[in-house]
Amino acid sequence: MSDNGDARYGEPTLVKGNEAICEGAIWGGCRYFFGYPITPQNQIPEYMSHRLPEVGGVFLQGESELASINMVYGASAAGARVMTTSSSPGISLMTEGISYLVASELPAVLVNVTRGGPGLGNIAAAQSDYNQATRMGHGDMPMIVFGPNSVQELYDHTAWAFQLADEARAPVLILADAVLGQMMEPMRPRIDDHPPAPDKPWATNGCKGREPNVVNSLYADHDDMETVNLRVRQRYAEASKRCLRWAEHQTDDAELLLVAYGTSARVCETVVTRLREAGTKAGLLRPVTLRPFASERIGELAEQARRVVVVEMNMGQMVDDVRLAVNGRCPVDFTGRTGGNIPSVEEILTAINEHSPVAG
Amino acid sequence: MAEAQVVFTPPESLSDTLMHYCPGCTHGSLHRLVAEIIDELGVRESTVGICPVGCAVYAYNYFEVDMIEAAHGRAPAVATGVKRVRDDCTVFTYQGDGDLASIGMGEIVHAAARNEAITVVFVNNGVFGMTQGQMAPTTLIGQKASTAPAGRRPEHEGFPVRVVEMLNALEGPTYLARSSMASPRWIRDTKKKLRNAFKAQTEHHGFGLVEVLSSCPTWWGMTPKEALDWMESTVVDYYPIEEFRALPEGDTEGE
Repeated sequence: MSDNGDARYGEPTLVKGNEAICEGAIWGGCRYFFGYPITPQNQIPEYMSHRLPEVGGVFLQGESELASINMVYGASAAGARVMTTSSSPGISLMTEGISYLVASELPAVLVNVTRGGPGLGNIAAAQSDYNQATRMGHGDMPMIVFGPNSVQELYDHTAWAFQLADEARAPVLILADAVLGQMMEPMRPRIDDHPPAPDKPWATNGCKGREPNVVNSLYADHDDMETVNLRVRQRYAEASKRCLRWAEHQTDDAELLLVAYGTSARVCETVVTRLREAGTKAGLLRPVTLRPFASERIGELAEQARRVVVVEMNMGQMVDDVRLAVNGRCPVDFTGRTGGNIPSVEEILTAINEHSPVAG
Repeated sequence: MAEAQVVFTPPESLSDTLMHYCPGCTHGSLHRLVAEIIDELGVRESTVGICPVGCAVYAYNYFEVDMIEAAHGRAPAVATGVKRVRDDCTVFTYQGDGDLASIGMGEIVHAAARNEAITVVFVNNGVFGMTQGQMAPTTLIGQKASTAPAGRRPEHEGFPVRVVEMLNALEGPTYLARSSMASPRWIRDTKKKLRNAFKAQTEHHGFGLVEVLSSCPTWWGMTPKEALDWMESTVVDYYPIEEFRALPEGDTEGE
């Protein structure tokens, strides 16, 4: 989304991933943050606690993830641009509240700086929350999910997410990981003004001059609930058309198509180079939005590919979406590491050469 | 012929929607008290109410103010979110004892500890009403419930929680009181205490809570009259009616 010639961006500085999320949020109009400490995302609430007051905003540490997501719910209902961030087990605790945000048609921006799991797991980078993120929540609930793979994308996706959330009247999730959150890279901040937030005539902030508003997710009549679900789905579908993104690397003639997102996609770029050096026509498709998913494009590329290999930092989650997209056009294999491990270039090459399902 | 005079009107902050509460339930009267106070303070158009999960889940149909329906127990967190965004709004939660004292214990304690500038109407009828009479944290020793058929036993279910006394251990709260809906005398007292709890927010920018003892004839297995009599004879022995923390001097209306 940014390049050197883009006048919307300023000069690059070296920025830590978690802080890029904060600055992206502030450019995107975020003025309220409610969150609870959990590693590896602690730099976000720490940064917001001093940065938000500088721009007239409010930071408040909740007593739990449960409280924090419901503070987000209240702030969003009052019309604010608001966010929370957490990491895997914390996101599990927030999931009820996220479902309420969807059903009550409230915008918010959420970030999961994923750690190893399940359970308490560890604080290493993992992609083991892919299914949780893309299939999140009780009830029929769609949610836009971004899968950034650089500090710049953490900034850009977070910045954009606030506008997208307001337009879709729905929460938007950024699915990062411990490596992305902790690493430093050059990042160009936006120097233009963010687009104005849309009017929120539905907000509950006092009924002066109008009938009272109600923010609610209780619909005892199942036809009413179905109407809401269809409306939410329609807004998601419209927003999906605008936000669907993927990136391609040497896919023009790819007979071996790698599919990976986030941190594992960075490793896969090197894998493609090594495979090309060895004479294999390899390419990489990187989903940038994880929901909506680049199914159509993956299907097109599968027409020319002889094989698709999905690489993830888990035991195989996105591979299910890739198989649905490929729809039998060619074989789809999986390789990955779990528990907080990142598959190495050598491990991926070995898995590709040996058709082994899981490296390491 | 004498000209007709209007001598009685419903509060502007209360809608004319037919309430769903059971016969003999005190929620309806309590809604009215809250609505009267919102009218009297002149804050209807800047008020945001948060309703719970439980019998009062439909309260958004009954108050003529902006309303939010919260997840079970999380109303104080939702109210915090609203208040931190719109400090000019008067924000109240209306919660039962299952919502506030069981699943929502964390949220109410920390909202009180922060002296969050919100008002909490806490309805204690000692039972989960909406879900059909299960034991609540406030169910009295020996009191029967659908999940405590032999009556609450301290050695198995533990002791009922006195929420106001517990919150009174905190530095934070501005106003804490317990009242009762058992009789007209105590309903008048409830209104005074509720007004104090709203003034804790509107005049002192602090946290105000009134625990209002209420009846549940349906799940207590009593007639409405028996239920009110049992409150007077028994419930108040465990839950004393008292103003535990008054408003700053010279600004309280307790009985």
